Amino acid sequence: MSFSLLLLLTIGLALAGWLAGRARAWSFRKTGEGVRLAALPNYHGWYVALWIVGPLLAFLALWTTLAPNLVQQSVLADPAAAGLPAFDFQRNAILAQARAVATGLATTTTHPDAAALVEPYRDAISRYRLIGILATLAIAIGAGAFAFLRLKPQFAARTKVERIVLAVLLTASLVAILTTLGILVSLVFETIRFFGMISPLDFLFGTTWSPDPMTAPTSADPTRYGAIPLFWGTIFIGAIIAMVVAIPLGLMSAIYLTQYARPSWRKWLKPALEILAGVPTVVYGYFAALTVAPAIRDAALAIGISGASSESALAAGLVMGVMIIPFVSSMADDSIAAVPQAMRDGSLAMGATKSETIRRVLIPAALPGIVAGVMLAVSRAIGETMIVVMAASTAANLSANPLESMTTVTVQIVAMLTGEGSFDHPATLSAFALGFVLFMVTLALNFIALRVVKRFREAYE
Amino acid sequence: MTVVHPNLEVTDAKIRARDVSVFYGAKKAIDAVSIDIPSKYVTAFIGPSGCGKSTFLRALNRMNDTIPSARVEGIIELDGEDIYTSGMDVVQLRARVGMVFQKPNPFPKTIYENIAYGPRIHGLAEGKTELDAIVERSLRRAGLWNEVKDRLTDSGTALSGGQQQRLCIARAIAVDPEVILMDEPCSALDPIATAKIEELIDELRGNYAIVIVTHSMQQAARVSQRTAFFHLGNVVEYGRTSDIFTNPLEERTKDYITGRYG
Ligand SMILES: Nc1ncnc2c1ncn2[C@@H]1O[C@H](COP(=O)(O)OP(=O)(O)OP(=O)(O)O)[C@@H](O)[C@H]1O
Ligand SMILES: [Mg+2]
Repeated sequence: MSFSLLLLLTIGLALAGWLAGRARAWSFRKTGEGVRLAALPNYHGWYVALWIVGPLLAFLALWTTLAPNLVQQSVLADPAAAGLPAFDFQRNAILAQARAVATGLATTTTHPDAAALVEPYRDAISRYRLIGILATLAIAIGAGAFAFLRLKPQFAARTKVERIVLAVLLTASLVAILTTLGILVSLVFETIRFFGMISPLDFLFGTTWSPDPMTAPTSADPTRYGAIPLFWGTIFIGAIIAMVVAIPLGLMSAIYLTQYARPSWRKWLKPALEILAGVPTVVYGYFAALTVAPAIRDAALAIGISGASSESALAAGLVMGVMIIPFVSSMADDSIAAVPQAMRDGSLAMGATKSETIRRVLIPAALPGIVAGVMLAVSRAIGETMIVVMAASTAANLSANPLESMTTVTVQIVAMLTGEGSFDHPATLSAFALGFVLFMVTLALNFIALRVVKRFREAYE
Repeated sequence: MTVVHPNLEVTDAKIRARDVSVFYGAKKAIDAVSIDIPSKYVTAFIGPSGCGKSTFLRALNRMNDTIPSARVEGIIELDGEDIYTSGMDVVQLRARVGMVFQKPNPFPKTIYENIAYGPRIHGLAEGKTELDAIVERSLRRAGLWNEVKDRLTDSGTALSGGQQQRLCIARAIAVDPEVILMDEPCSALDPIATAKIEELIDELRGNYAIVIVTHSMQQAARVSQRTAFFHLGNVVEYGRTSDIFTNPLEERTKDYITGRYG
């Protein structure tokens, strides 16, 4: 609330700065005959405006994190807060009630102590809001004046603006990178904690997965944390069954689209195929769990195979395969289309048929791109969560029978994090170790795939 | 419309084209061309850019079929057999009428595999020894054997431009065609590589009907015995190369070969 107010204020001040800067530049132009500005007046305006916005946004970011704490501290300093319980949990509940009433989110308090704190809260909030506004104004005026006074006819506002724009863009791209790094660091941190309790050897090579979240953290049994069944389930579902579906179908649809489809068909079919990639995975999950899995079990029973699970690896794998068809086909499509027409003509002119040309020239030439597409698809499939959470089981099972139920790394991550184990228990922490392994594997797959694609591109340029 | 030189001796035509028109969509690129192409001679197609030389050449082995908008009218016969009837097997036709392109386009396979490609798909060799023999013979005839015999497993794309083009010629003759169509085969090559290819064409001439499109008057004069001058989708003049270059009957031909065209 006070954030949006300050933001509005910032925008208003920036506008004022822009107008002032521009007006100043115009005035240079009017006063001195023959004075040539080094930049258009608009750039002078932008220069001032950016000088106002930049520091203000930084302040705003700082202030929105600081202000609530400052408010709370001043409330706690109030004599009315002296009688509050020392225990964090209760105290925070009371404070939250008082704050809710003070900010108008609630009308009454249920706790007697809270009522007394409403007034101090109101005071503190309005005090800090005023401080916030004043600080905003001060910063805006300070920074604005600094920029404004630097304006001269010869001032290279244009290049300065360029530099500021560059800085803004750089910051924007850093956000994504830093976030990824942050994720990695937190993952590594928790993984290390996990490995402090369970040895990496037990984890990576053990064949029994049945964590014991209800035991005491210190007495967790390392032999129950063997992740091999999970890795196997992941590979079996994501890299074997799904690929058996996705590679032939993806490749064949790419060949049809690039080599056989009339342009008018291609125009419709290609986007239609790509829609598959846009279907929310939870929808595939329903489909796998409610339609495919029972159908497979019934079919298995009908032909006399007993013991088919209703959460079979096959169901999850098949649906996942369909989901990643577009990944395979669009990469294959691109790389087949990138093979020079001259290659195709050369083969056809030798008297090869279309399918001979495709099989013997186009696919071998496009192979690196196709392989890269498959690797990206695998990395996507093994990281996929929703389908397997809905359609695969949570029971770890080391088996090569696709009709049995299996579980995957992602399913177990969800299960461990949403289970009832406490946060310092290896059962919960194992989710991070699993996530870390998954992250490393998909990272490696993506990295190799991109390298291969790059090599391939260079070969034809 | 075509002026045929009176002293063009009548030979058996390997390819006979009558009133051939080629369209790209509604646009006419070749307009009722009639021409006889003899065996055991090199026929040069010359003419300004965009006059339809490549289009006509591609009509001779139905490579225009690969362009969706292209349509061919009229009659083209190979040994008296209409190649545009529905009964014609395009695959067989292209095995009989080979083609070499302007830019060398070896397959991204080994040198050996490049040559073996055609014989394999047409089943010309039984067993490895026969295939080896075909590969060696084709490379020898293309004058490339000595340069590549020790590196047959290297990629065809690793050769120099001139070697690549000779590889493409070797690839074309590996399937034992009757006609070889060449569309500006030397335009991407330096003079030395060009001289090698011209020499090669001259050696091959005894066994095939060769058609070569070229922008170089000197090349046409050096390698061909017949020359057809194309202009705006027509063959303006056709005759023995020596006649065309020393005694052109048409004003447009004269202008073009003396460089006054345009
Ligand atoms: N695929 C195509 N689609 C539409 N029009 C085409 C196509 N290929 C060629 N043309 C047109 O047909 C005409 C003849 O082209 P062609 O390539 O046969 O000329 P050319 O004599 O070989 O020229 P150059 O000497 O430059 O190679 C040109 O006007 C060209 O624009
Ligand atoms: Mg051409």
